[in-house]
Amino acid sequence: MEQVEKIFETRELNVNMGPQHPATHGVLRLVLDMDGEIIAKVTPYIGYLHRGIEKLGESLSFFQALPLTDRMDYVSAMSNNIGYVVAVEKLFDIEAPERAKFIRTIVGEMSRISNHLLWLATHALDIGAMTVFLYCFREREWILELFEMICGARLTVTYPRIGGVRNDVPQEFLDSLYQFTDEFPSRILEYETLIDKNRIWLKRTIGIGVISAEEAVNWGLTGPTLRGSGVPYDVRKHAPYDAYDKVDFEVPIGTEGDTYDRYRCRMLEMRQSNKIIRQCIEKLPPGPVMADAPKFTLQPKDKMFPITHPTKAHAFYIKEKACKGCGMCLRACPAKAIFGEKKKPHTIKQELCLGCATCFATCKFKALTIVPGGKGLSDEKLAELAEAPLPEEFTKAQEHLVKHFEFVRRGPKVPEGEIYVATEVPKGELGFYFVSDGTGKPYRMRVRAPSFVHAGVLPRLSVGHLVADVIAVIGTIDIVLGECDR
Amino acid sequence: MAVVEVRISLPYKGKDPTEIAEKIKEKFPDEVVDVTNFRDQVSVIVKKGRIVDICRYLHDDPLLLFDHLQDLCGVDYHAKKDPRFEVVYNLYSIRHHHKIRIRAQVPENDPNIRTVTAIWVGANWHERECFDMFGIVFKGHPDLRRILLPEDWEGHPLRKDYPLKGPEPEKDWHGFIEVLNRSKELKEYEWEE
Repeated sequence: MEQVEKIFETRELNVNMGPQHPATHGVLRLVLDMDGEIIAKVTPYIGYLHRGIEKLGESLSFFQALPLTDRMDYVSAMSNNIGYVVAVEKLFDIEAPERAKFIRTIVGEMSRISNHLLWLATHALDIGAMTVFLYCFREREWILELFEMICGARLTVTYPRIGGVRNDVPQEFLDSLYQFTDEFPSRILEYETLIDKNRIWLKRTIGIGVISAEEAVNWGLTGPTLRGSGVPYDVRKHAPYDAYDKVDFEVPIGTEGDTYDRYRCRMLEMRQSNKIIRQCIEKLPPGPVMADAPKFTLQPKDKMFPITHPTKAHAFYIKEKACKGCGMCLRACPAKAIFGEKKKPHTIKQELCLGCATCFATCKFKALTIVPGGKGLSDEKLAELAEAPLPEEFTKAQEHLVKHFEFVRRGPKVPEGEIYVATEVPKGELGFYFVSDGTGKPYRMRVRAPSFVHAGVLPRLSVGHLVADVIAVIGTIDIVLGECDR
Repeated sequence: MAVVEVRISLPYKGKDPTEIAEKIKEKFPDEVVDVTNFRDQVSVIVKKGRIVDICRYLHDDPLLLFDHLQDLCGVDYHAKKDPRFEVVYNLYSIRHHHKIRIRAQVPENDPNIRTVTAIWVGANWHERECFDMFGIVFKGHPDLRRILLPEDWEGHPLRKDYPLKGPEPEKDWHGFIEVLNRSKELKEYEWEE
């Protein structure tokens, strides 16, 4: 007998899961110590997608750092943008106009629905329900198309701005969205028919990854992951921002704190989001969409339109005599269309030029000039035309452009202080902590990412379960590694 | 497996944060250095010595009950303030709806502070990140390793004296240099399309 035991000795098995694994939702690496098929210990390794967004944010002005927030949680970029602008507005002590607040609430909730749809799709796919995936993507596509309608981008939207939103929403957007809210509840029912009472689904989710309310709070969980355990903590209710105090909605909470309850919470949350969007569209007040605070917000671009309008075929040209060769335009050109040596006149290669007017705003010696309607002409012809004085609308537009350029680069003058503002993104509580030292750049920008906290609880939730359940647990905490690693 | 929808009434305002700051001052008169107020957010700046006691008091006191650690992060005031680092605790009470911010000063030479993981388990990864980015050592931490950067990375990137562009090309992390060399090697081959 002893001999047999010696031959068949049992030992712990080490399994490496990820970072390239379809079920880890990105680049999460888990090292599983297993006793048979039971998980004894889980060690998550993160950081594969670390881009130093906090350090980058400290080197950019408040306006420039906004697009970075899209790249954190790329599944619900809109909510991340809103989190950022709400925090910065509080720091600047400005308030967005009512209409902008309602629009932000609408797009924030749309982002929540699209995030939960993607979550449901992948979570169900991980557990083995393929059909839900296709159904969810059908509705998600609708929302992404609506995003495209208002800002031209589907994922990295950068639509909200400090002090409001980029532009007003068109009527077709509201019509289409209203129709969406009409149809969406029946679509949710469709998903639920597929999995809600499905025996496999129930077996795979009930009693998996249970965490009690006290423990969940102690771990710092937020969002639906926390509410599944029965804690009614929702930043939208606890510290209302935007228009959340003007709409009527409820917060679903679970009782057991297992994977199934968290799934139910998110399903009900989608219905609430739907309700919020409907109310917002019905109540949407007229008015401007940008705050009237010229010291803190970007001005409308119409003033610069004579120069920057993309359909007008202007050419940019450097006057040889006036150019001192300082290299400002050369460094600023995003298309690298400007050539030349130091202290010698530069030239623009017309076929590379994008017509963005960045060089026009940087030139201090007025050597860079604009030739209206000069696109496609030869250099000799341009040199001839460039001598003509600029029309008045162009000189005025140039002034605005230069001011705008400096303003974006330097940032506004911000009072000294520090601020922590949290918003409810689909994944939980997204917090921004700013320390300002009185310049236009944050002295310290800290992002409290919900995914980061939720990834930390993975070992606690998966120990004692089977390997297959780890997949369910990764799905249920709803993490995106872009936000986790920043 | 019953999920219910609850109607949370718009929250009543919790305790005034200045009141909480006064309470901390009363309880720990020697520890509190300063109290600041900006945009209705109150921070209490404390010495690092009894940080665990202060946090324990805030967490356990039935009238305060700060059960939710919103955020824990470090700040580097390089050449701006004398104790160079600060560890910032943003606390919130889900029960009582009030918040407070604690800032513990940490000096430059031998930066260390006691861990609060015994009070909030969730502080674990935040402290690891703070160690990773600022080099602040959390004494008593159960598993203090780098978290976002590779384990053999040199330096602490969020310190103000760490260059924005990262280390010099030749001093770069060896893993990155290996990748670069490998790509150089592979460039010599011609790939059929």
